[in-house]
Amino acid sequence: MGMTMAEKIIACAAGVETTKAGDIETVTLDKMMSNDGTTHLTIDMYNNKIKNPRIADPDKLIWIVDHNIPADSPKTAASHKKMRDFAKEHGITFYEGEGVCHQVMMENHVRPGELIFGADSHTCAYGALGAFGTGVGCTDYLYAMVTGTSWLLVPETIRFNLTGKLPEGVYARDLILTIIGKISANGANYKAMEFAGEGLHTLSMADRIAVCNLCVEAGAKTALMEVDDIAMDYLKEHGREPKAIFKSDDDAVFSEVYDIDLSTIEPIVAKPHFVDNVVKASECSGVKIDEAFLGSCNNGRIEDLRVGAAVIKGKKVAPKVRFLVVPASRSVYKQAMKEGLLDIFMEAGAMVMNPNCSVCWGACQGVIGEGETLISTGTRNFKGRAGHKDSFVYLASAATVTASAIAGEITTADRV
Amino acid sequence: MGKIFRFDKDVDTDQIIASQYLLFPTIDEMKVHTFESLNSEFASTVKPGDFVVADENFGCGSSREQAPSVLKALGVKAVIAKSFARIFYRNSINIGMPVIVSKELYDAVADGDEMELDLEKGLITTSNGNTYSCTKLPAQMQAILDQGGLIASLNKED
Repeated sequence: MGMTMAEKIIACAAGVETTKAGDIETVTLDKMMSNDGTTHLTIDMYNNKIKNPRIADPDKLIWIVDHNIPADSPKTAASHKKMRDFAKEHGITFYEGEGVCHQVMMENHVRPGELIFGADSHTCAYGALGAFGTGVGCTDYLYAMVTGTSWLLVPETIRFNLTGKLPEGVYARDLILTIIGKISANGANYKAMEFAGEGLHTLSMADRIAVCNLCVEAGAKTALMEVDDIAMDYLKEHGREPKAIFKSDDDAVFSEVYDIDLSTIEPIVAKPHFVDNVVKASECSGVKIDEAFLGSCNNGRIEDLRVGAAVIKGKKVAPKVRFLVVPASRSVYKQAMKEGLLDIFMEAGAMVMNPNCSVCWGACQGVIGEGETLISTGTRNFKGRAGHKDSFVYLASAATVTASAIAGEITTADRV
Repeated sequence: MGKIFRFDKDVDTDQIIASQYLLFPTIDEMKVHTFESLNSEFASTVKPGDFVVADENFGCGSSREQAPSVLKALGVKAVIAKSFARIFYRNSINIGMPVIVSKELYDAVADGDEMELDLEKGLITTSNGNTYSCTKLPAQMQAILDQGGLIASLNKED
């Protein structure tokens, strides 16, 4: 019987010939990423709970301060200091202010065929490069950091065969929201979501990261895409080689198979308070907004900023609307500066912030108040996710978010 | 008997503990904010030995281990739901907090009802005498739970 991509990556990491969905394997991790959302607790457990504290391989650890950077309070500053000091003492690769963790990982670390733990649910983004990334809590992270290993239940795989090409003005965000709407917020719980087919080759790396990144919103354990020339070119540009390139065998067993014609996808909005609460963007038109956010590990790449800048060039942000533009990394920020995109946003009245998770994470920068409405390229629209418990978050593409910032109400880019 | 705090489906980890509290230095400082957006009385009224009972997909969203940790720190004896999101489920076992799948319990009880849980027998008894059986954990996870969590099991190996 053939194996899926997920099964092959796990078998490779476990040092076994074959494995199948439902088996439990002990794996050696290739990399372990952690950010400032939980690392201070991991360090406390390391210092106080572990009988024999040690780090199996510090070279495999990557720590990234991205959630509350720069610090918003003395408590945050103390948690950051704890992380910074520990990283220095133990020789752990450490980034601070360089960007949102997953973007930093994609630019600098992820390689096809790797098995990567991230103490962040959106670690499934790494599937855009054919790597098995999965989110874990800090106890799992700590165990992996100490032993270099962990155990994994081999997931079943849902396969998405992509055909066609996204229409003009329709983006990867619309595609993945459509898919989540179709399979629901727990439609892929415990499973891998695998994307293949000729349509995949029409998606840029930015598109692919956006699709894989959001798969956890359907409950997925990981997302995986076949590695093609586009992925290999990205890898080469960033000076890395694959660990291994896997694709699912022709006779691999999938729990479900969906055929998706990209040309049928339309602009989509996810309404409060669930990511699977999706409707055509046009059905939300007229909803007044107080804030718009262009950024995050999902849509803060240079391609997204180009889309936003093209929509807003020569226009203004609506009165009394805050428009936050947050490049996902320092390199994205510098490129946007070079291309004059930041000027366009600033001229339009947007606020351009440092690379960080910003209001997507809803704990510091740009939080919204009681009764306010945000339209966002962030990852989630849960109740209270962006600030006050009685506030509202709509999710949409960079184009729809920027158009809405101009209109002061939800609208699509073809209408501003 | 412990009191039941009942929640609907798709309770995400932001509802259990909001982002703005996650960087607080300790779980004890965070726990007073548990379920703040859904039930602002929860943290002040829940007592050790009480239960959280929920519909499907409990704990979806972020991987923040603070979510099961604040529940455990408040003394919640177990979370019983129709189904759990993957990361929350694994995190709970890792910190030694029982998470139990019961397809029937949520529909059979009301907020404020009382129940007992016999973990060894896998049996829930509600105050009106009805009983419900729990789905068993996979052996690997039961072993971690039995030892008091993943770190306790690591320390035992060492």
